[in-house]
Amino acid sequence: MIFYILRRILYAIPIAFGVSVVCFSLVYIAPGDPLQTVMPPDATAETIEIVKHAYGFDKPIPIQYLIWLGHVLTGNFGMSISTRRPVILEVTDALANTSLLALFAVPLSFSIGYAMGAIAGCFPGRWLDRLVTGTAVVGVSLPNYWLGIVLVVFFAVQLALLPATGMGPSGSTNFHILEWSCAKYLVLPVFTLAMIPIGILARTTRAAVAEVRSQDFVQTLRAKGLSEWAVIRHVLKNSLPQVMAVMGLQFGYLLGGSILVETVFTWPGSGFLLSKAIINRDVPVLQGTILTLSLIFVATNLVVDLLQSLVDPRIRRA
Amino acid sequence: MGDNARRSGLFAAVLGAALLGAFAAQAAGTLTIGMTAGDLPVTTGNPDQGFEGYRFVGYNLYDSLVLWDLSKSDKASDIKPGLATSWQIDEGDSKRWIFKLRHDVKWHDGCDFTADDVLWNMRYSADDKAPEFNPAQFAQARPYLGTYAGVEKIDDYTVAFKTKVPDSLFPYEISYVMMISPCRAKEVKYDWTQYALHPSGTGPYKFDKTVPHQRLELVPNADYWDKARVPKQDRLVLVPMPEASTRTAALLSGEVDWIEAPSPDAIDRLKSASMQIVTNVYPHNWSYQLNFVKGPFTDKRVRQAANYALNRTEMKELLNGLMLEEYATVPPSTPYYGHPVVYNYDPDKAKALLKEANCVPCKMTFAISTSGSGQMQPLPMNELVKSQMDAVGFDVTLDSMDWNALLKLTREGVDEHPDVNAINVSRQTQDPFNALIRHVWTSAWAPKGSNWGHFSNPEIDKTIAEMNEEAVLIFVAHDVNPRALSPKVHGFVQAQSWFQDLTPVSVTP
Repeated sequence: MIFYILRRILYAIPIAFGVSVVCFSLVYIAPGDPLQTVMPPDATAETIEIVKHAYGFDKPIPIQYLIWLGHVLTGNFGMSISTRRPVILEVTDALANTSLLALFAVPLSFSIGYAMGAIAGCFPGRWLDRLVTGTAVVGVSLPNYWLGIVLVVFFAVQLALLPATGMGPSGSTNFHILEWSCAKYLVLPVFTLAMIPIGILARTTRAAVAEVRSQDFVQTLRAKGLSEWAVIRHVLKNSLPQVMAVMGLQFGYLLGGSILVETVFTWPGSGFLLSKAIINRDVPVLQGTILTLSLIFVATNLVVDLLQSLVDPRIRRA
Repeated sequence: MGDNARRSGLFAAVLGAALLGAFAAQAAGTLTIGMTAGDLPVTTGNPDQGFEGYRFVGYNLYDSLVLWDLSKSDKASDIKPGLATSWQIDEGDSKRWIFKLRHDVKWHDGCDFTADDVLWNMRYSADDKAPEFNPAQFAQARPYLGTYAGVEKIDDYTVAFKTKVPDSLFPYEISYVMMISPCRAKEVKYDWTQYALHPSGTGPYKFDKTVPHQRLELVPNADYWDKARVPKQDRLVLVPMPEASTRTAALLSGEVDWIEAPSPDAIDRLKSASMQIVTNVYPHNWSYQLNFVKGPFTDKRVRQAANYALNRTEMKELLNGLMLEEYATVPPSTPYYGHPVVYNYDPDKAKALLKEANCVPCKMTFAISTSGSGQMQPLPMNELVKSQMDAVGFDVTLDSMDWNALLKLTREGVDEHPDVNAINVSRQTQDPFNALIRHVWTSAWAPKGSNWGHFSNPEIDKTIAEMNEEAVLIFVAHDVNPRALSPKVHGFVQAQSWFQDLTPVSVTP
């Protein structure tokens, strides 16, 4: 088991390396200029040269990449061009804010999505299945930024029940999760964010459960005289590895932060940070965020694989 | 939350946030503003985030030697004494400006303001060999220091600026250069990240606290040297809200008291909720700079045809009335508006001119952005321009890109982009140099300056009227700087400027 974990961690290294190269190149292929935020539209060529030199952007791109890589290996992600704050602070702050959303969106979407999918899978073709599948399709298809705006208009502007945007009365610094005055800022973004994972999980679970139900061993269980509830328990357990793989991906998605949802709610998370870094071509922040998020994805997949093998020992032997 | 908690990882950060106490209710008279900027402007001197950064952070935390008089709404704003009380050209040397400095001014950190501080600030902004040099400040201040050649101290309260050429507009240029406290900079050992968290200026507001990317809180400077401008609120909170619909919702739900640039289609909804919609003309233009090197716009008749083709009244309807029809680089209320040639809507004349220039259909490509500072509603506005121009015989292709990419194209100039016939970049026209000279001056050919399309005419500087006759730009719209204020906000006078004075504003709790 230990060797299995070590091997998987070693696999993550080339993945992270590949991600960093692709990310670095993408930033330079896209039109635009990483120094735009610090320079007004009228900056002259001479000004740009002096500033480029001061920020190290006058070196050839492969050299810039190697310098960056060298720093990252020693834990230094550099400084944001637009704010001059250390990238590591920018990324951890944003991830902390996004993980607050994920902390609630994950259990909400996983429990509702799984329950809906399991019910639908156990009663395929019945009205309950159609209701659940229909709801799931709506959940997946609604653009979540639109849903977010509609929820804001209804709950914040019309009813004045919940706040429209932001992260508490004084930002993330004094965010107290147990105080309603802060926690109410979570309600709309968490719900908006949970919609897509609910839909995806409901559909995946339904398909997995329906597939397991049609397998021979289920017939055998019934033939042995097990009650329908006991059969369902076996079916659910056997469908779990497949569902967990999708849960892992959705967990990564929620932790990565949604650019659209966080922008609509001005939530200072990793999606919002990423969108600002893209607009400003803030290369160090862009690199740091993408690399961190991709490592989180790799780690999540590793954890999911390990959990799968705990639930289903056949996977470990394979 | 301590930085250590953040550094030690995600989980600790979340826990830390959960363990901290709730924030007390907002104090009475707090003015909270939703800005259009995507992020908080930097607080280390000249801000970023365009002129919105100057409006809300620059001129609040800091002063420049020369300030803008923002107290009136009925006439164009002009400059007035700031940290300098008077200025004059040296009688013996036309390339030397003498500035008398204000006595008894203190930085927010308690140090005295003297001539040495001005010298230090000029090294901070312009001398890349000095230890206090900050490249970010240099980049922001440089466009205003095009003729700056050096500064020397005459006595503790007098300095002399040298310029490369005789420059009568130098006091206007220096009005954009913020003065920051050398005392505080030395305290934080020239660490600009730390300085940003503990800024010190001489301005009417003092820094109180910030949450990076989320909010900046300023409090009145009770010892401000201009007693008439000590702020009348208890606190000023600035929140970046780049999404127009988010800003509208935040104002309607009472989270902010004031929003910048509500979208035109939200005006009726805001009015029905008793919000105050304030607008005023200001030196802004939404126009096209043209390619004078290659393509149809090298022919004056085509440039004039494009100007005659535009029905600006229709554009105003599109924007729900939130614009002023533009016929020259500056709005008519500007002192130096003069008597320019005016291109009123005349489609027949446009068709005739195109025929005369033998350009039918007149094919061209405009580089436009999807959003950006001062760009108003670029996509629907450009679509309308295209349809109006196509109706008289043009065949316009809109090449849309994001704001950053368009700025890069703009800086590089026409030589790098010969197939682009026009660029749609809004410009500020606040002072005579920025309003009249930079678009047409041969010395400002991009990438050296703002003359993107390399227009050149030795005669052109003579009169403004002649500039319009040449149809250097396609004139479309002047923004009217709409903002929506909660009924609780009182005392705001919207100046005809990109900058605004927030000090007289009070808020009923």
